[in-house]
Amino acid sequence: MSETLSSPLSPAAGDGPAAPAPLTLSMQGALNRALGEVLEDNPKALIFGEDVGRLGGVFRITDGLQARFGAERVFDTPLAESGILGMSVGLAMAGFHPIPEVQFDGFAYPAVNQIVSQIGRMNYRSRGALPMPVTLRVPSFGGIRAPELHGESLESLFVHVPGLKVVSPADPHQAYHLLRLAGSMPDPVIFMEPKARYWQKGPVDPADAGALEGARIARPGRHLTLIAWGAMVARCLQVAELAAEDGIEVEVLDLRWLSPIDADGLAESVSRTRRAVVVHEAPRSSGLGAEIAALVTERCFNTLKAPVERVTGFDVPYPSGDLEDEYIPNIDRILFGIQRVLEHRRG
Amino acid sequence: MESPTPADPSELEELYRLLAAVRQLDTAAVRWQRQGIIPGYAPLLGQEAAQVGSGYAVDPTRDFLFPTYRELGVARAVGVDMVEYMATHKATWHGGLYNPATTHFAPIQAVVGGSVLHAVGWAHGQKLAGPGEDGYNVAVSYFGDGASSQGDVHEAMNFAAVMKAPVIFFVQNNGWAISVPTERQVAGGSVAARAAGYGMPSLSVDGNDVTAVLEATRQALAHCRDGGGPILIEARTYRLGPHSTSDDPGRYRSLDEEQAARRSDPLAACEALLRTRFGTPDSFFAGALAAGEAEAEAVRQGLEGLAPRPGSEMFDFVFQQPTPALKAQAAAWRTESEHV
Repeated sequence: MSETLSSPLSPAAGDGPAAPAPLTLSMQGALNRALGEVLEDNPKALIFGEDVGRLGGVFRITDGLQARFGAERVFDTPLAESGILGMSVGLAMAGFHPIPEVQFDGFAYPAVNQIVSQIGRMNYRSRGALPMPVTLRVPSFGGIRAPELHGESLESLFVHVPGLKVVSPADPHQAYHLLRLAGSMPDPVIFMEPKARYWQKGPVDPADAGALEGARIARPGRHLTLIAWGAMVARCLQVAELAAEDGIEVEVLDLRWLSPIDADGLAESVSRTRRAVVVHEAPRSSGLGAEIAALVTERCFNTLKAPVERVTGFDVPYPSGDLEDEYIPNIDRILFGIQRVLEHRRG
Repeated sequence: MESPTPADPSELEELYRLLAAVRQLDTAAVRWQRQGIIPGYAPLLGQEAAQVGSGYAVDPTRDFLFPTYRELGVARAVGVDMVEYMATHKATWHGGLYNPATTHFAPIQAVVGGSVLHAVGWAHGQKLAGPGEDGYNVAVSYFGDGASSQGDVHEAMNFAAVMKAPVIFFVQNNGWAISVPTERQVAGGSVAARAAGYGMPSLSVDGNDVTAVLEATRQALAHCRDGGGPILIEARTYRLGPHSTSDDPGRYRSLDEEQAARRSDPLAACEALLRTRFGTPDSFFAGALAAGEAEAEAVRQGLEGLAPRPGSEMFDFVFQQPTPALKAQAAAWRTESEHV
């Protein structure tokens, strides 16, 4: 199961060399394909972590890669996240490009010292002599009825750390191209994979990445901007579809890069729509929605028709599976948020 | 481990000159702090032999050393520029101003135990790159009895042993982790004893005997170069000075204890060996100490001449590829400050 794909557009045999045709891949398949290509392109790239070798990872993102590239380039480590990330520092110092996996978001907590105090600072501490090209993949966010600490949204924690870049793809095409990009960058990147979207298929055009910097407009609209990332983008697209039935044209902005945030892209969209709702799974207080609201307010204060709304998780530990649908922003709560910005009246 | 008998005096004299230089630099650094030249310093007084003996054995053109914040003696032994090293204590730049990529001496590490895993990762990289004609390049990780309590140190030893990484865990057991003595820190009384649990050999050595430390480190390097995997050296020594220039050992240990420890001064031990074995004259020791004093004075002048780095460097080294947000902050800083 190296790929989950079917390509109705495969060129017929004998057509000769042609640009690779668009594929239909799950996000798992797209990530797997991207990792294989990163390893092909860069002989110094290494994949390691818990169960990523023979098993192919608990989510099968690294499936088949050890067989293809050997156990020196794709290897299992002992079960210790700080060890995995600390080892990444030394491997980067030795000239490698580590692509470690932390098996679940909540298991990044034991590695915080190495991520925050070491990976994020080594380039700075060494005055640029020791770059940290570490691409840390973290299956992230909730939505799969998993045990405790398997559904965390860590973006606010990581984006507050100088020296780290943070990105989260929303669909297979984005996942493929953003991981290929992150895997070639000379700085540390936390790659937050929305595990609830691993098995949804979508088109992937390997030949046409499109712009990968900053945010992207996932759906254009003129009445308000829904700002989201990761698994919440698909939900916001659903909401936009429903709102359209009532004549409300919602623009969905897929933020993609959470650090650095594309402030220009945010301002461009909201200056047109004049209303913004941020949707995230993470707890509300001091979540990324607060930063986004500040950026939008700084840049669009004179054109805003309503305060920036936040539809978010709550300031509670991520709940058990039975309650996660109450916690993660659902369609109704996002619609209420939209209603609040549309109905806002000054003074 | 027993101290070997050196065949000729030249190496021992070289070691003594290093010990003397380190002693003079280290004691001078405490004075500089009292004089306000540097804001703080972590003295290594008493640990000179452990640091010089191990550093002297390492080949910094191929091996890589991972210090904490108390390894001035190692840095001096492997040729790191002492002004660039001391820049960390002058609060010029956290990691010091030396280039860790070319000196193979990692940036100064403030988190106790923080760099031990880095050494293992670097060593695993040597394993992946394969051995050279003379075997593997070796990582040397420096830490102390206090750091041995950290979970990262356990993870590092286990990773290294599982992966057979060419790394030396060089433990300076100096008796004290700030105010907490080894017996309140290290269950079982020995860090070296823990190596057996990882299936890893260990050497326990008198850390105040520079020839014993040198020999142990050479044995450990040979073990690693041959592909034998990791090895641990526990050098038993004593931190004669305070933890740092802000510390007051009088609050937690007795003068009697310190004076007893001073009787095993590593410089005096090396001097005694040279005198009894080779009849080295007084002039040699006086010369070595004078050379060290002159070197320390040159370093003081270098430090006093060290200007603050430009504020723009706060922004320059965060990333290899700076973000737009960071560039905007740098531009705003430049506009709003008077440091242009």
